[in-house]
Amino acid sequence: MINVKNIYKSFDETIVLNNISANFEKSKTNLVIGQSGSGKTVFIKCMLGLINVDKGKIEFENNILDKMNSKERIKLRQEIGMVFQGSALFDSMNVVENIMFPMKMFTEKYHDEVLSRANDVIKRVNLENSNNKMPNEISGGMKKRVAIARAIVMNPKYLFCDEPNSGLDPKTAIIIDNLIQEITKEYNITTIINTHDMNSVMEIGEKIFFLKNGKKEWEGNNNEIFKSENESLNEFVYSSELFKKVKKKFKD
Amino acid sequence: MKTLEHIGNYFIMLTKIFGKFTKWQVLKPLIFKEIDVLIIGSLGIVSFISFFVGGVVAIQTALNMENPFLPKNLIGFATRQSIILEFAPTFISVIMAGKVGSFITSSIGTMRVTEQIDALEVMGVNTYNYLIFPKIIALCLYPFLIGISMFLGILGGYIACVYGGWTSSSEFIEGIQLDFIPFHVTYAFIKTAFFSFILATIPSYHGYFMKGGALEVGKASTISFVWTSVVIIIINYLITQSLLA
Repeated sequence: MINVKNIYKSFDETIVLNNISANFEKSKTNLVIGQSGSGKTVFIKCMLGLINVDKGKIEFENNILDKMNSKERIKLRQEIGMVFQGSALFDSMNVVENIMFPMKMFTEKYHDEVLSRANDVIKRVNLENSNNKMPNEISGGMKKRVAIARAIVMNPKYLFCDEPNSGLDPKTAIIIDNLIQEITKEYNITTIINTHDMNSVMEIGEKIFFLKNGKKEWEGNNNEIFKSENESLNEFVYSSELFKKVKKKFKD
Repeated sequence: MKTLEHIGNYFIMLTKIFGKFTKWQVLKPLIFKEIDVLIIGSLGIVSFISFFVGGVVAIQTALNMENPFLPKNLIGFATRQSIILEFAPTFISVIMAGKVGSFITSSIGTMRVTEQIDALEVMGVNTYNYLIFPKIIALCLYPFLIGISMFLGILGGYIACVYGGWTSSSEFIEGIQLDFIPFHVTYAFIKTAFFSFILATIPSYHGYFMKGGALEVGKASTISFVWTSVVIIIINYLITQSLLA
C-alpha cells in the first residue's frame, strides 16, 4: 500500500502538484488519469523518489520516503517495478538480457537460476521464442511485454506503469491492460498506472484518481465514473465522440 | 553563471561516479565492451591520421630547410619533437574528442531521451558509476593508442622523407636520436593521462544531463566536442607551463 498525504510540488513559479492525497491499495490496479500536463508524470516521479516533493509525505507501508537514507531508498527501489511509456528497454541487450538485468545486478544467484526465472516471466507475458531478439526487432506490444517482464522479474511489491498502452492499437492495448491487472492479482502487487486512455479506465480502473491542473479533482472506480457529477471529470471522459454516444445511450 | 553551474555539476558528478559501485560481474563485460568501442575502434583512424600527418610534418620541415648549412638530420629531429610533444598527445586527443567524445555523449544522451537512465535509477542502480566508470577505465588504455600514434607518426615521416628523396635513412634515424630527452615522452604521457580522463568525463556529463529529444542529442554532441577540445587545449597549456617551462 502507498499512502500519499498532502503533497505539493512546483517548478519555479509553476505549481505542478497542489495538495494531493491518495491511497493506493494493494492487489488493485490504481489509475491516475488526467489530461496531458495535469501533473500525472510528476506525481508518479515523486512517488518513485526521482523528484523530491516540496511539502507533504509519501509512505510505502508506513515508511516515509523523505526520511529514508540512500541505502533505504535503494532497497525500496529494488521492490519497485516500473514500465515506462516508451518501454525504456536497454537497446544494447536482447530480450532475455533485458529481463535478467535486475537479477544480475542485485542478486547473487547463478546464471542458470537467473535464466530460469527470466524464462518463467517470459512465459507469463507470452513472449516465448523472442529471447534473442533485440529491442529494435520487436513490435511495440512486445516491447511493453518485455518491460512488464523486466518489472516483475524481482517479484516487486509495487508496480508503476507510465502510460503503458500509448502507441498501441486498441486490441493490443487491452491485452496489455489485462496482463497488468492479472499480474497485479497474481503477485499481490500495489499497481499504479498513469494513463489518459479511457479504454484502460473502463477495462481495469479498480481505483481511479483524476488530476486536473495539479489538483485531485475526483476519486472513484470505473463503475462510478459515468455517474459522476464532477464537471471537469465529465469534460475529460466525454471528450471523444464515442464516449459522448455512450453517455447518450446510458441516459436513454 | 550558467558555466559555473555546469562546472559545479561536473565535479558533483565526478564524486558520484566513485560512489556506490556496480557489481564486478556486471561491470567487467561493460569495461571490455568500452575498450573494444573506444580504444580498439579508434585504432584505425588514429593510425591512419598519425602515419600521414607524420609524413606531412617531415616533408614540410624538409621544404623549409633551404639553408645548406643546416644538417639534414634536423628533419628527423623536428619530426620526432613535433610528433611526441604535440601532435600525438594533443591533436590526436582533439580528434578523439570528436570521435570518442561524440559517441559517448550521443550514446548516454540517447539513453536519457529513451528513459533508459530513468529505468536504471528506478531499479536503484548508481547510474553515474554504471555508465561512466567503465569509460574511465577503458580510456586508461588511451596512452597505448598515443604510443602507437607516436610510432606511426615518426614512421610516416621516415617513409615520406626517405622514399621522397628528402633525406637518407641514416640521416633521418640520426635525427630522431639527436638530443633525445626521455622526459619529453614522460611529459607526453602525463598529458595523455589527463586527456583520457577529460575524454571520458566531459562528454559523459553532456550526455547525462542533456534535456530534450533526438535533435538535442546532436546538439549535445557538438557542445560536448567544443568543451572537450577547449579543456584539452587549456590543460595542455597548464601542463606544458608547469612541466617544461
